[in-house]
Amino acid sequence: MPDLLNEPVEAPKSDVLGEPPVHRDAARQQDVFEDPPKSSSKSSSVKKAASSEMFGDDDDDEDLFKEPPKVVTKKPQPSGPPVDVFTEVKSDVKVKPQVKDDPTDLFAEEALTAPAPKPSAGSSSSRTNGVHSEEQDLFSEVRSNLHTALRGISHSVSLFFSVSFFHIKLEEEESEDKFDLNISITNPEKVGDGMNAYMAYKVSTQTSLTMFRSKTFTVRRRFSDFLGLFEKLSEKHSQNGYLIPPPPEKSILGMTKVKVGKEDPSSAEFVERRRAALERYLQRVVSHPSLLQDPDVREFLEKEELPRAVSTQALSGAGFLKMLNKATDAVSKMTIKMNEQDVWFDEKIQDVENEEQHLRKLHVMVESLVNHRKELSGNTAVFAKSVAMLGSSEDNTALSRALSQLAEVEDRIEQLHQEQASNDFFTFSELLADYIRLLGAVRGCFDQRMKAWQRWQDAENMLQKKREAEAKLLWANKPDKLQQAKDEITEWEAKVTQYEREFERISATVRKEVIRFDKEKARDFNRQVIKYLESLLHSQQQLIKYWDAFLPEAKAIV
Amino acid sequence: MMSNLDINFFFEDFRLNAYILNVDLQTDATLQVDISDALSERDKVKFTVHTKSTLPNFKQNEFSVVRQHEEFIWLHDSFVENEEYAGYIIPPSPPRPDFDASREKLQKLGEGEGSMTKEEFTKMKQELEAEYLAIFKKTVAMHEVFLCRVAAHPVLRKDLNFHVFLEYNQDLSVRGKNKKEKLEDFFKNVVKSADGVLVAGVKDVDDFFEHEKTFLLEYHNRVKDSSAKSDRMIRSHKSAADDINRIASTLYTLGTQDSTDLCKFFLKVSELFEKTRKIEARVAADEDLKLADLLKYYLRESQAAKDLLYRRGRALVDYENANKALDKARAKNKDVLQAETTQQVCCQKFEKISESAKQELIDFKTRRVAAFRKNLVELAELELKHAKGNLQLLQSCLGVLKGDT
Repeated sequence: MPDLLNEPVEAPKSDVLGEPPVHRDAARQQDVFEDPPKSSSKSSSVKKAASSEMFGDDDDDEDLFKEPPKVVTKKPQPSGPPVDVFTEVKSDVKVKPQVKDDPTDLFAEEALTAPAPKPSAGSSSSRTNGVHSEEQDLFSEVRSNLHTALRGISHSVSLFFSVSFFHIKLEEEESEDKFDLNISITNPEKVGDGMNAYMAYKVSTQTSLTMFRSKTFTVRRRFSDFLGLFEKLSEKHSQNGYLIPPPPEKSILGMTKVKVGKEDPSSAEFVERRRAALERYLQRVVSHPSLLQDPDVREFLEKEELPRAVSTQALSGAGFLKMLNKATDAVSKMTIKMNEQDVWFDEKIQDVENEEQHLRKLHVMVESLVNHRKELSGNTAVFAKSVAMLGSSEDNTALSRALSQLAEVEDRIEQLHQEQASNDFFTFSELLADYIRLLGAVRGCFDQRMKAWQRWQDAENMLQKKREAEAKLLWANKPDKLQQAKDEITEWEAKVTQYEREFERISATVRKEVIRFDKEKARDFNRQVIKYLESLLHSQQQLIKYWDAFLPEAKAIV
Repeated sequence: MMSNLDINFFFEDFRLNAYILNVDLQTDATLQVDISDALSERDKVKFTVHTKSTLPNFKQNEFSVVRQHEEFIWLHDSFVENEEYAGYIIPPSPPRPDFDASREKLQKLGEGEGSMTKEEFTKMKQELEAEYLAIFKKTVAMHEVFLCRVAAHPVLRKDLNFHVFLEYNQDLSVRGKNKKEKLEDFFKNVVKSADGVLVAGVKDVDDFFEHEKTFLLEYHNRVKDSSAKSDRMIRSHKSAADDINRIASTLYTLGTQDSTDLCKFFLKVSELFEKTRKIEARVAADEDLKLADLLKYYLRESQAAKDLLYRRGRALVDYENANKALDKARAKNKDVLQAETTQQVCCQKFEKISESAKQELIDFKTRRVAAFRKNLVELAELELKHAKGNLQLLQSCLGVLKGDT
């Protein structure tokens, strides 16, 4: 068997190496798909495995795998199943050509795709798996070389196919989880006294997911616990390019007022604002399929007592360290000039920055609207009282009654304005604030990707240096140091490959995350703005009711 | 620039304002006065006063003259200073046309032109123009109302100065008061208010007037309060409408620049906000017209009524003083005739004022009630109309947005 496989490897290698540059277009693919008769049963199994590989890999690699089976087995093949496989998967592929993924990271992908339900790509035999892995080992070296050589040319097209398969599966998982986990945050209660007091929130979860111990459970958490969760998730996942939803900001002023115990409406509003923001934060965290799998998240939702997260305190050592890190990051970001291969990222970051800028402007305006409406509400109340006084001093009874009715109408309208201002705030303004923070997080993802690129470039430079050193040694003819130099070169070559793979992976993740984010953003905005408009609608209906009631009174004046 | 703008004037709306007084302009064919045109120049407004009359006093049946604000004030002051009219409520003079606020905003807009986009600039300019037009319409309405009230008053309409005002083709050469005169006025007012307090302290024999005195005092103060508060309320309302306008623009920009599915959404919502804010601005403008202006007008009229009561009170005090002087003279048997004539004069004056004052105050009440009724009904109707308009807009927009998703 190995002989059979080994033999053709050489030939197709040259064939493939020669061919792919010529046959890069879809037409070639057509050929491939239409050539199944030449493939063997083995090839069908290979194709089956290769279907995952095909879509997890370059165009070229796809061709590569097609070729060897063809040559290997010379057995004629019925055109049944193989065709189906390709056409079927191909159509699937056409449906979702969005996410970019790491083509070379096939092995990781294989592991992922293996446990998940395989798409209806035909039947698979146990033999498939065995053959599959063997062939993989054989071709890995070939593939990696090929890949390095051809990457720059067909990057996007290849990744297009690679990821769509992955994406299909992810979608399935997402929709599974979306509706089975409901989180609500209620009952903010003040615990303790004086400056050590804090607000404890009740976090209730309702779920049918099996990874949790029970179906409904409640825990009490404080604000620093939420921040702690964010810190932990950031540490673990942000370097992989995941978009970690940011929590609401700390507010020393707001919390101090609460601690001091002022029972005024502004501190009540502050607590409500924070409660709603924390709820939205948690909902975003659990709707992220990968973050949901994180044990920290589960612990946060389930565990009775959490250790106090001290690193989140503003004036702690950890706090200062974080600030320092942020500063150095900002400086290094300015100095890194990335050689962007993929135009998608360039455009996207531009869009993100523009959008953030506009949302900030919009947010300022909505806040101004909230303030003016509050002012209007206050002035209307004052006016209502004044009209009531006027009515009482008016000696014509009908007019007097009408004026006091007017005062009542204005009073109710004041209530309406008050509610509307609150709606303006919670539904619209907070939505904008959330997304400004989230867009910042998106930019963070892009920054992580840039860092990964930098690491890779640095490794490549180092490799270059080592090679130069080796060349120098060769020329200077110092055989003793040569071995060491060769070892270093091997070491750095491996690093380069690893970092490059990481970069590809993070690029794919970032891309996927951004697309998911965009979708969620569209959904969120849609939902919230519709809710806001409905509240405006309700206000107008109430207004109509009030003025309708007043009109006959006005007409009754004689 | 705007200050040289010749705003040709649409008086559909402003005609309505003449009815603040419930003065029926059509039935009295003997004398009809209106302002048919107005021109806004750099720092003054020129009103074209148009008269239609069948009275023999006038040379023609229909004629027009151009008058400025100062000439209206002159006319009003001539009424106030005329002793003959002491027993009447003198229609309050129209307030000075005040475009300062608008002009300031225009200046700021001009300065900030470089920092905003072309669309924003045009939008703000349009807003400012609309505001300017609204203020302009209002000031024309106030001037017209004054003239109509005078024309409707059975005695004042016969005043010679009024006829000169209406007919004299050329400039009346009425200059604004210079500093010295303004200072004199100021002192006169101080003296008057001090006197007013004294006079008001004198208890009146007549119940009707006593009641009116207390009523008017309280009413006037409360109307003043309501007027100020309604102004503030309407200003907040306008600010909120302005905010919605700016939000609409930003949403529009977001919509045009966004590359995801959200762009259509943003554009639709921006469009909605544009329309609702126009309605909100109309609501604020209508509240201004029907409520704030009404209160402001009755603030001034109640002041004029108070002035009438003051004059009567003054005449009463003079009469009582003359009586006392007469008694004293009779007691001392010195200058009795003089005292008697003085007393006679005072008595006549007092009685004349009392008689007409009573009627005037009753008329004032009727007018007031009718004006409030009309304006409150119109206010309610307009609020309903606008709320329904808003409702419809929101419903159709929501329908589209929900249908899309």
